[in-house]
Amino acid sequence: MKRWLGALAVLVLGRGRRKPRLGDERERIVQLRFPDRRAEGFVAFAFIAAAVCAIAFPVIYAVDSIPAQTQFLGLSLGLAFLFLAVACVGLAKGVIDDETEEEYKPPSNPEEQEEVEQIFAETGERFTRRKLLWTAGGTAGVALGAALVTPALSLGPVFHTGSLYTTPWRRGRRLVDEVGRVLRADEIEQGVMYTAFPEHADREQMGAPLVVVRLKPEQLRLPAERKGWAPEGILAYSKICTHAGCAISLYRKPTFAVVEPHEAFVCPCHYSTFDPAKAGKVIFGPAGRDLPQLPLQIARGGELRAAGNFSGPVGPSWWGVRLHKARSGP
Amino acid sequence: MKRVAVALLIALAVAPAAAADPPRSGIVHVKVPPGTSDVDYGAQLYGGNCVTCHGADGRGITKSVKGAGDVPGLGPSLRGVGALAADFYLRTGYMPLEDPNAQPRRSKVLFDERELRALTAYVASLGDGPAIPTPHPERGNLAAGLQLFVENCAGCHQAVAEGGYVTGAVAPPLEDATPTQIAEAIRIGPYLMPRFSEKRLSNQQVDSLIRYVKYAKHPDDRGGWSLGHVGPVPEGLITWFVGIAAAIVACLLIGKRLSG
Repeated sequence: MKRWLGALAVLVLGRGRRKPRLGDERERIVQLRFPDRRAEGFVAFAFIAAAVCAIAFPVIYAVDSIPAQTQFLGLSLGLAFLFLAVACVGLAKGVIDDETEEEYKPPSNPEEQEEVEQIFAETGERFTRRKLLWTAGGTAGVALGAALVTPALSLGPVFHTGSLYTTPWRRGRRLVDEVGRVLRADEIEQGVMYTAFPEHADREQMGAPLVVVRLKPEQLRLPAERKGWAPEGILAYSKICTHAGCAISLYRKPTFAVVEPHEAFVCPCHYSTFDPAKAGKVIFGPAGRDLPQLPLQIARGGELRAAGNFSGPVGPSWWGVRLHKARSGP
Repeated sequence: MKRVAVALLIALAVAPAAAADPPRSGIVHVKVPPGTSDVDYGAQLYGGNCVTCHGADGRGITKSVKGAGDVPGLGPSLRGVGALAADFYLRTGYMPLEDPNAQPRRSKVLFDERELRALTAYVASLGDGPAIPTPHPERGNLAAGLQLFVENCAGCHQAVAEGGYVTGAVAPPLEDATPTQIAEAIRIGPYLMPRFSEKRLSNQQVDSLIRYVKYAKHPDDRGGWSLGHVGPVPEGLITWFVGIAAAIVACLLIGKRLSG
């Protein structure tokens, strides 16, 4: 990274040293005017301002305690682009002379070709503080580039994905509702969707929330290895959609099953639809993975307990989501 | 070509209106001698208007049969649904339903008040079902209502109760829903909506929910101009018109006209 930056600086600074080759012995086409030092100063200032705003972006990004952080992030990036635009406009209008060549000269005419080249070279000659402008522009470009790649840091753990497989569920852990009351099997009714959490565990974890529903046992089409995962037809799945990680807050159930679609969980974000009777199979929408199922058991006292961990990792998919099974954590 | 396009446009404009129309034919009004009880009157109305789909004595029809006037009948049992469900389906115009495969939608109520009362009484007499609820939204808590609505309803009906979609059905807007109808729908879960039993949502919580829904219809626009509560549309239009004007001005300032 350091070497790249060094090379870039050499490139930027070195360019200013080149002397214009054309125009010395020829008659000028573009009239040489007095260098407009004020315009150059203005452009340099705009470039520096763009660079400062762009540098502010990763700084604001890094400091989480800033109130209204998102707004400031937007402001810094927006101002950086604004100053960059101002600098470009200033450069075009105040520093470089422009000469419009209306017709494209065919390459068969070498003399006219040279003329165009001469115009091109001469337009830049009013630059007196070339080095300054190149440095300022280069700094602005590098800073803006850095600001643009900064959000990639939010993409989450790349190498240490172990925590993504961890859920608070393990055999014997009880299910509680939103207010912490232990859920009993006999209060789970058909046609109602319940949200449940692990008892004595952090609810904010991705693997914590569940959706619990009761279907008729004869409706179930679970694979053979999940036999016994749904006692009395009570099923539990992760509440986090496997597509983008929204909470699955929609449950549809037919009032008159003969003509209406069957039971399904629907994610309100992009309408991924999962079939609870078929082990959380995706039946519609963008989700690429079935909803992870949590095996249940009914304890002797009638309360619901987990009988193990999820059938697969919970939450939105990532590159290694199929590599490991869900693990029990704190 | 142009005429075809115009005809298409007219057809498109008329089609939703036509689809929303309730079945105008098929309602049978019965004459009964004065003094007939509501249940008996309701039984006669039931025979004229409901029996094709819901079957004799409200037992339901689960295999399509041709009923009166060759109308195919198919419908759930009404035993035990109670006055609550009858009141809801009849007063929202969900029933009678033209096509048993279609989702019931809010439409014009074709029965008069007395007929509604009689039919509700008859359906209630078919089994031991819940009575019509009497919600008290004024006793509810608005903030709690918002919280409950966001947790339980907003997924489909949207946070402002404007309605939305679920795969396979439309979640209706709650604009025209009366407090009683909201309370009924919560307990029934019409069509694909889940049910919410009293254990899941207490009557007190239902009061709060209704209070929020009522509030969402006429929100307190403390910020000033409400922009018609049509979401980001006005803001978008401002972006287009003001933003594009600014962009054009910028172009004029930066650019240069080619002469000649």
